[in-house]
Amino acid sequence: MSETSTLHRILDYSARADPYPLYAELRKTPVALQEDGSYVISTYREITDILHNPHLSSDVRNLSRPTPAAERRDTPSFINIDPPEHDRLRRLAMRHFGPPCTPGLVTGMQPQLTEIVSSLIDDFANTQLVDIVDDFAYPFPVTVICHLLGVPRDDEPRFHQWVNAIIDSLDYDPKTDPPEKLNLGAQATDDLHQYLGGLLEPRHDRPGDDLLSRLANDDGPDGRMTDEEIISTANLLLIAGHETTVNLITNGMLTLLRHPHVLQRLRDEPDLIVRLVEELLRYEPPVHIVPWRAAYSDITIADTVIPKGSQIMLMLASGSRDPDRFDDPDRFDPDRQDNQHLGFGSGIHLCFGGPLARLETQIALSELVRRLDRPRLVTDPPPYRPSPVLRGPIHLHIEQS
Amino acid sequence: MRVVVDLSRCQGYAQCAFLAPEVFRMHGEEALMYHPNPDDSQREQMERAAAACPLQAILVDQLNERDAPAEASPS
Amino acid sequence: MSSAHTLQGFKRDGRIAIVGASLAGLRAAEALRGEGFTGSLTMIGDELGEPYDRPPLSKQVLTGWVPTDGTKLPRRRDIDAQWLLGVPASGLDLATNHVHLADGNEVAFDRVLISTGVRARPWPVEAEASLDGVFVVRTRGDADGLQQALAAGPSRVLIIGAGFTGSEIASICRERDISVTVAELGPAPLVGALGAMIGDVAADMQRAHGVDLRCGVKVTQLEGDAQGRLCRAHFSDGSTVDADVAVVALGGIRNTDWLQDSGLAVGVWGIACDSGCRAFDLNGLVTDDVFVAGDVARCPHPVYEYRFISLEHWANAVEQADIAAHNMVNAQADRWPHLAIPAFWSIQFGVNIKSVGVPTFADEVVVTQGSVPDHRFVAAYGYQGRVTAAVSFNNAKWLDHYRKLIETAAPFPPPCPTPDQPVDAKPVPVDFPGPVLLSQGATVVVTGHDPSERHVTAVRTHR
Repeated sequence: MSETSTLHRILDYSARADPYPLYAELRKTPVALQEDGSYVISTYREITDILHNPHLSSDVRNLSRPTPAAERRDTPSFINIDPPEHDRLRRLAMRHFGPPCTPGLVTGMQPQLTEIVSSLIDDFANTQLVDIVDDFAYPFPVTVICHLLGVPRDDEPRFHQWVNAIIDSLDYDPKTDPPEKLNLGAQATDDLHQYLGGLLEPRHDRPGDDLLSRLANDDGPDGRMTDEEIISTANLLLIAGHETTVNLITNGMLTLLRHPHVLQRLRDEPDLIVRLVEELLRYEPPVHIVPWRAAYSDITIADTVIPKGSQIMLMLASGSRDPDRFDDPDRFDPDRQDNQHLGFGSGIHLCFGGPLARLETQIALSELVRRLDRPRLVTDPPPYRPSPVLRGPIHLHIEQS
Repeated sequence: MRVVVDLSRCQGYAQCAFLAPEVFRMHGEEALMYHPNPDDSQREQMERAAAACPLQAILVDQLNERDAPAEASPS
Repeated sequence: MSSAHTLQGFKRDGRIAIVGASLAGLRAAEALRGEGFTGSLTMIGDELGEPYDRPPLSKQVLTGWVPTDGTKLPRRRDIDAQWLLGVPASGLDLATNHVHLADGNEVAFDRVLISTGVRARPWPVEAEASLDGVFVVRTRGDADGLQQALAAGPSRVLIIGAGFTGSEIASICRERDISVTVAELGPAPLVGALGAMIGDVAADMQRAHGVDLRCGVKVTQLEGDAQGRLCRAHFSDGSTVDADVAVVALGGIRNTDWLQDSGLAVGVWGIACDSGCRAFDLNGLVTDDVFVAGDVARCPHPVYEYRFISLEHWANAVEQADIAAHNMVNAQADRWPHLAIPAFWSIQFGVNIKSVGVPTFADEVVVTQGSVPDHRFVAAYGYQGRVTAAVSFNNAKWLDHYRKLIETAAPFPPPCPTPDQPVDAKPVPVDFPGPVLLSQGATVVVTGHDPSERHVTAVRTHR
């Protein structure tokens, strides 16, 4: 089947720098049955339809053949649970992050975000060769999420390794990948779990401002999360909180350097950044794929019946480039109207940290563009991280004058 | 500044209430209450909120004051 | 406009009058300019001031957060119109294509859009309606008066009618910590629009928030004191309640009176039009130059057996305005039908209530997702085995799915389970209190025998 080979080519590392032509090929079959019985959905309307379909499950137990990577999670975080449990856990976490209980948290972080960004740029302002990833796009969101969660910033080298191993194992394929890839991911999951448990323990009965302390001492209408639930939530936020934003910022800088007229416009019209980041979320999103979902019961979509228990893969980044939804979709256009992109997904699992990621990226790109002196890409395309799911450059070397 | 939200499209994602909390408030978990005529000092936050709406349901006035003559005076 | 040539001329320098300068009228005007209409545009409205949004009047304005004049509608573009405001239209002459205004002026047009909307149904006893402290809520002026009365700290507010507006105002009163009694003739709040099952949930919500809810009673008298101020209300069960503010929330009256002699198909149910928003004349023949949009329109919906439906929904006004505007400046072959599935929302007691479809067009209802006791759920409505509507309480993210079920005539009850479907979910009768389509009395009689002479005459006795 040609669809199968298209998906395999997308997942193959050789497609990392430019998967978009392959997405176009994939979209010829909006709902494509794979050799292994799973389904791949790649068109905008079909993706948004299924993300709002209550028969789509995020719970691995509803897969007739659980994926190896998804199989071994004891207490899944709310990203991998269905309502009503999902709603309860997400509500509990949201109490300390956003509206209705904590509406001003993200906007209140703006001065702090600007300060971190300025200080990082200060460090390389006079350097000719800069790695946007290592010098900036990685340390910035890590500092922010550590502060928010209450994770010591100095522990970063430890959990950085674990997070990398976990991300690597997300797209584990038993046919082509060595079992170590899965085992390393599993070990890292355990280590991170244990590490977060160690941070949580002393926070009981000690109210504090960080998210771990707040979750440990919460007394809202839904009660309190169990320790296992807190650890799973913190685990999710720690991984998602920096593995995605780093890509969004780096993809953003790369895209600006590839579109010098837009970069110049941004210098002249700083307000452009708001729409520009939305377009970035459509054009070069940090999350390309929802690797698996399950059909809780038979789902009919685009005249295809997906049988109960089937595994479903959602190609978000492909949907955001669907010409049936977006005019001239392969054009980066910060003036684009009606930009209902899939950058943060859609439906009940819409990215929890989206508002923070937006603000971080707006500030990061604005300041980079304002302060870098005639930046140029050293290599185009840059080298990419292995993951086709959370896709972004592993380094982005630029030269400035 | 004039604002209207198409609440029949709104699904309660609260992105606006994150980004412009003075203008958009959640009433309970999902219901949005907003100020249809916020102060001009809110413009930057408003633009952020409108751009971030997953349903693109927030309409901010497209006319500048000077371009909107007193059309509505009685004749 | 029989030829493309004439249509081009009309788009270039034709004359369009829009009667009714609120949401539907404004959006239609913007859409006309967006469609490339460069001729003259006249906006006629009975209220002074620029078009404003009404939903905040029963919510944000009454909490005191938003000033009454703070709901002016944002503009999508300059409409370059002549505005005739503060004077209602008094007649429509289709022989000469003129709108007559109450002040004696007239406006000539080539095509006209009628978007005169509805007005609040007043308390039927005039002397009681004029007591200090008795309000309706429809206009900015109404909301201004009620907001001031609430801010003055009344001892108790009586709300007459527990439809959406009445329930929303009751919610605001509780938010402001004002004692409130709600009197509803039906068996529960919202029951007329959403049926008995949801009505029970709405009643629970009101009582849980401290509303003194009295169902199955009629307010028989509003009593004033010597100064002409409301002081007490009497109910049909013999009881009374002391209150210094009363809100009459008994729905609306469609503003069609001015069209009595127009020869159009008008009645208390609105102005009948086709799905392209073209008005029908008395005989049920479609007209060419008269269009209708918004609360006052009554048009057939193919999904609902082509039954004529009037909707007082914000989204309906917006969608119909776009359809009407498009069809006013396009040839027959390029016209659009208004096929949007109706959508509605209400915010009360901290809950986001949304609906898609037409819940009154149903015989059964079933909870498909979530928990009714937690006030987080979706209920699907079915008519003869297909899904025709859905209502969500704090579960709006799923409603798009139900809209598609309605559009595709999906089977009811939905056969496949969802992860959070209640275990005991079984369809129950939808149980509306009255007939599905309330009879309002005859509006026309048919005369003549020969097909060439048969026609319809308006009956002038209805309200």
